[in-house]
Amino acid sequence: MTGSAPSVDVRLALAADLDAAFPALVEAESGRLYGMGLRLTGRPADAEDLAQDALVRAYRALAGWEPERIRELAIRPWLASILVNLARNRARAATSRPATVSLLDELAHPRIPVADTPHGRLERRAEAEAWAARLLALPERYRAPLVLRHVDGLSYEEIGEALGRPAGTVKAQVHRGIAQLRAAILADPDGAHLNHSTRDEHQSRRPLEVAP
Amino acid sequence: MNRSLPTNESAIDPAIEAALDELAVPAPAGLADRTLVAVGLADAYAPLDTVIGPTWVAFNGLGVSAIESAESGPAFEARFRATHGRPVHRLDELPPRLTSAIRRRLDGDRRVSIPLDLRGHSAFEKDVWLKALEIPRGEVRPYGWIAAEIGRPKAVRAVGTALGHNPVPLVVPCHRVVRTDGMLGQYSLGGPANKRALLASEGLDPDGLEGLARSGIRYIGSDTTRIYCLPTCHNAKRITARHRSPFRSAAAAASAGYRACGACRPAVAA
Repeated sequence: MTGSAPSVDVRLALAADLDAAFPALVEAESGRLYGMGLRLTGRPADAEDLAQDALVRAYRALAGWEPERIRELAIRPWLASILVNLARNRARAATSRPATVSLLDELAHPRIPVADTPHGRLERRAEAEAWAARLLALPERYRAPLVLRHVDGLSYEEIGEALGRPAGTVKAQVHRGIAQLRAAILADPDGAHLNHSTRDEHQSRRPLEVAP
Repeated sequence: MNRSLPTNESAIDPAIEAALDELAVPAPAGLADRTLVAVGLADAYAPLDTVIGPTWVAFNGLGVSAIESAESGPAFEARFRATHGRPVHRLDELPPRLTSAIRRRLDGDRRVSIPLDLRGHSAFEKDVWLKALEIPRGEVRPYGWIAAEIGRPKAVRAVGTALGHNPVPLVVPCHRVVRTDGMLGQYSLGGPANKRALLASEGLDPDGLEGLARSGIRYIGSDTTRIYCLPTCHNAKRITARHRSPFRSAAAAASAGYRACGACRPAVAA
């Protein structure tokens, strides 16, 4: 599991001066949100959009809240719930209508040039790819709790809060997800039947400034 | 692959969990910066070629935030950070749709809407800028016209100041606002020569306009329609030479039996 929950200080800072404190929250959480988006969708471009859009929604919500409400917020489960809901809505919308992009959408996604970074090194590891593909093959009701538990590092209680399910249900779903992964690995130990080469195709779907 | 995985079923699950823990990935470079641009806590900028040379355009997820002339990108960047207090990231080029929207606006297409980020400015300033947006390409209006149209007829000087502070010239066409005496006046985007160049590029004759102003002519009427206009109104431009009646004041036009044009509404600028 990765990282630790943001300290109370972050919430206090956000409650005191949202604009001053928000950049630190973005710095701290964008990696985990991107990771969740990637493991939920399997597509880096979608994962970037999901992480950004989740943070934008979070900012707009926080901007309208009273400081007391921000101070009591369980930030990481809340961010995870925004991202999971966005991913679901997008998966639903993708089948029903073509996306239209407004000028304002375009202004919110500038192509800021970046230096090449080691990002993606893990992705190139075939074994991680195989596990990511097995995870993607699971039904969403098992995949989402597994991603929140292992990529975001949330507790069962926090996952329950994020997904709106009782912690007991989450625990059972995580165990069933693991059982399905076990069955998959025993049936196909080499990952020969996995389809995990979707990322290049989707990366070219929309130009992105980040090199894979 | 997975040679490290135990074959014993009960020992598999911890190995699966360990493998899943490895699936965390770092955020791609640029994601955090882009997110802050999206919410308006940072901006992005790039140069834009115009008839008055290269200008610099900054924007964020709320809209276009600044248009300025500057010797270089770093010079623009330093000034932007100083005036806005936000980071600003250099792009290779503006989003193509933004470039084309700005060009269409300058070409007189008022149907294209360009979102603007005018946070931190007063309601009065925004009223002035939104009113300036209504002035058609190739026409000019005096400061007093804006003051009267926004219901602050005595605030002529404040209108001039607000236009001088226009953060998004070209998009908000403050180059189409002139002094009340008809002289072209100052221009925030690189000085008065740029104002003349922009107006000339829109088909106006800057020297002719100032000549008219110096001779005291404020309005042009048509002796066939008995309607009078501001000199650059599209209706005034259609009046043929032998039917043109010049006036020095709205009162003079009214006493000659002329009524004000409904398009340029000249009377309010008296």
